[in-house]
Amino acid sequence: MEKTLQKLAKDFRENEGNIISLLQETQEAFGYIPEEAVYFFSRELDIPASRFFGVSTFYAQFYLKPRGKNIITACCGTACHVKGAERLINGAKRELSLTDENNTTNDNKFTLEQVACVGACSIAPVVIINKKVYGKMSADKLTKEIKTLRQDSNE
Amino acid sequence: MNNLEIKVCMGTGGIAAGGTDVLSAFDSALKERSIPAELQMGCSMHKVGCRGLCAKDVLVDVLIDDSRTTYQYIKPEMVQRIVDEHIVGGNPVSEWLVKEDYHNFHEKQIKVVLSDCGNIDPEDINSYISVGGYKATEKVFATMKPEDVIAEIKKSGLRGRGGAGFPTGVKWEACRGVQPNLQMGQKYIICNADEGDPGAFMDRAVIEGNPHAVIEGMVIGAYAIGASKGYVYIRAEYPLAVERLKLAIAAARERRFIGKNILDSGFDFDIKIKLGAGAFVCGEETALIASIEGQRGMPRAKPPFPVYQGLWGKPTVINNVETLANIPYIIVKGADWFSSYGTEKSKGTKVFALTGKVKNTGLIEVPMGITLKEIIYDIGGGIENDKKLKAVQTGGPSGGCITPDMLDINVDYESLAKVGSIVGSGGMIVLDEDDCMVNVAKYFLSFTQAESCGKCVPCRIGTKRLLEILNRITKGKGKEDDIELLLKLGSDVKSASLCGLGQTAPNPVLSTIKYFREEYEAHLQGKCPAKVCRDLLTYSIIEEFCKGCGACLRACPAGAITGEKKQPHKIAPEICVKCGACFDVCKFKAVGRE
Ligand SMILES: Cc1cc2nc3c(=O)[nH]c(=O)nc-3n(C[C@H](O)[C@H](O)[C@H](O)COP(=O)(O)O)c2cc1C
Ligand code: FES
Repeated sequence: MEKTLQKLAKDFRENEGNIISLLQETQEAFGYIPEEAVYFFSRELDIPASRFFGVSTFYAQFYLKPRGKNIITACCGTACHVKGAERLINGAKRELSLTDENNTTNDNKFTLEQVACVGACSIAPVVIINKKVYGKMSADKLTKEIKTLRQDSNE
Repeated sequence: MNNLEIKVCMGTGGIAAGGTDVLSAFDSALKERSIPAELQMGCSMHKVGCRGLCAKDVLVDVLIDDSRTTYQYIKPEMVQRIVDEHIVGGNPVSEWLVKEDYHNFHEKQIKVVLSDCGNIDPEDINSYISVGGYKATEKVFATMKPEDVIAEIKKSGLRGRGGAGFPTGVKWEACRGVQPNLQMGQKYIICNADEGDPGAFMDRAVIEGNPHAVIEGMVIGAYAIGASKGYVYIRAEYPLAVERLKLAIAAARERRFIGKNILDSGFDFDIKIKLGAGAFVCGEETALIASIEGQRGMPRAKPPFPVYQGLWGKPTVINNVETLANIPYIIVKGADWFSSYGTEKSKGTKVFALTGKVKNTGLIEVPMGITLKEIIYDIGGGIENDKKLKAVQTGGPSGGCITPDMLDINVDYESLAKVGSIVGSGGMIVLDEDDCMVNVAKYFLSFTQAESCGKCVPCRIGTKRLLEILNRITKGKGKEDDIELLLKLGSDVKSASLCGLGQTAPNPVLSTIKYFREEYEAHLQGKCPAKVCRDLLTYSIIEEFCKGCGACLRACPAGAITGEKKQPHKIAPEICVKCGACFDVCKFKAVGRE
């Protein structure tokens, strides 16, 4: 981890020095933003840690906790909303026993996220499972996909 | 046959429907030995961007010596038959061809920005050049002074497509006019590809389908204002668009349409991509600037406007993707051609994302001033399942709704503003009798409330209070004077907020109250007329329809349903969580909802 962080800090100094890009790259490397990383950058670059936390809590894209192995992103943009996204989300929550506060399963196998519009509104409702876009989703189909993924990760 | 071309729609929609597999199915089917060699030689295959009607994906064009046949709903396993019967045999597979609705969908549209989308290969710069791409850049550098460019754009009447509709030429002129010595030389142009309106995808489709037009627009804009650096601020939720834009920028640099000494003109300009990090407010220009600078994306008060003090305090022009993509077409075909479309004050065409309960959902480009009726019924093909139209929502979370009795309204900046809605960035969502307007208002407000950056009090606290009131109304706990309170608070938030987010956030609420007050009143009486608001519904089983199949019993997450096989089941109201799972699974319409 140390090495990766060193490299990111070096890039930061050599380039324009943009905190958002630095955090984006950190997240790309670790899947989330570890607290150690923030303190490391803070020391190394002499920037108060509060600025990193300020930025990372402002933007929806940053995660301060590790995420599940499978990422399910449900669109809750307007087009998906009027075509029943809420039902999909509630169904997936039930299937994965997730609550509003906790969106990653205890075994860290699944994370359920919501975004506002992925830009595929004409095939609403849309769900993205591990970066693959599924259009015209139904609660049934989504449950099936989750079951398949669960089986795969048990093997 | 000398020339065979296959075009597979591969925007986000096309890929989701399996476009990649269809393309490779064509590839392997055409490489079969049984296919005549000269056919294989003359064949080319292309991915193309969105052509609007994603609901019919995967769409495939087969062009034989330039005569075009279009297929819809193509799956990989259907490809072999198309190759055998159509390409080799010469007889198109008639039952898979696009039908009348596909042609109707396109007939009333006029495509400027989208004219090459869905036709050219967005990952190949030659494909863009072959349809006249970069002619505008060449023309500008060979024959026009920056002032000429500005004059031409002003004359065209082009107005910003990002929402506010500010005249683009005027903005450029203001930025050009800032004295360079005062500002240490540097100016910037930023392409706003944040596309925050949830339910709109015009900018995504333009970048995915024709990224070079946006780059060209930026180069020309940069030349006009004297900027040497450009940024594209794009949502990270659009990975395919980012990928294609990256490819396009690299290809344009290689051909010297951007970079140092562009086309030997002595003018330098380069473009960088900045990924957004998921904040709607960053679509607002001052917040966007803060975000590019690496800070929390919070807007600041204007003036000073970005054209005077923008990125890093330097003069900066910010334009929307669609605005910029119009530029090359205006330069090549002329301001008069462009302004021959549209109305007196709204020139040209506008791209809309037509979604919701219409038959043909998709991306459309229409001349400004077309009537809403033409959009919904001629292009959109009418309401899905022949239900009744209830409202059309435009402008997303900043906009309002239009009711069926106003369908003859002209769609342009002024006319929509008059009825309390806006053109906005181009989201157009059709709602039918099954949609609850209070729920729709609550939906938009929960979006703006969550996205409020928190800097100014009216927006931060005002949207929260508005949402609380809407929440209690949809839960059947509304108070008598809640509607008045919404109106009062809404207008206060509008007038006191710092940026466009707060200034427009109450619009969906105010406009639904204006036109659908009776729905609000019904909720206060404890009824949701459209049967959407969960807390106001009760579920029960209609015994005479229930076959006792047990599907609802298995689907119920709360264990509220009991019953023997082949006997009518029962729902225990005190256990029921009103999730609607039983209603969804029942094949016999035996679950009632009141
Ligand atoms: C809350 C808010 C969100 C906005 N989001 C966008 C957006 O996603 N895309 C966009 O082009 N303009 C957006 N705008 C408008 C921009 O501030 C700006 O007016 C526009 O980018 C200017 O470009 P144009 O003149 O070409 O329209 C937004 C404005 C506000 C207040
Ligand atoms: S609203 Fe879901 S993709 Fe746009």
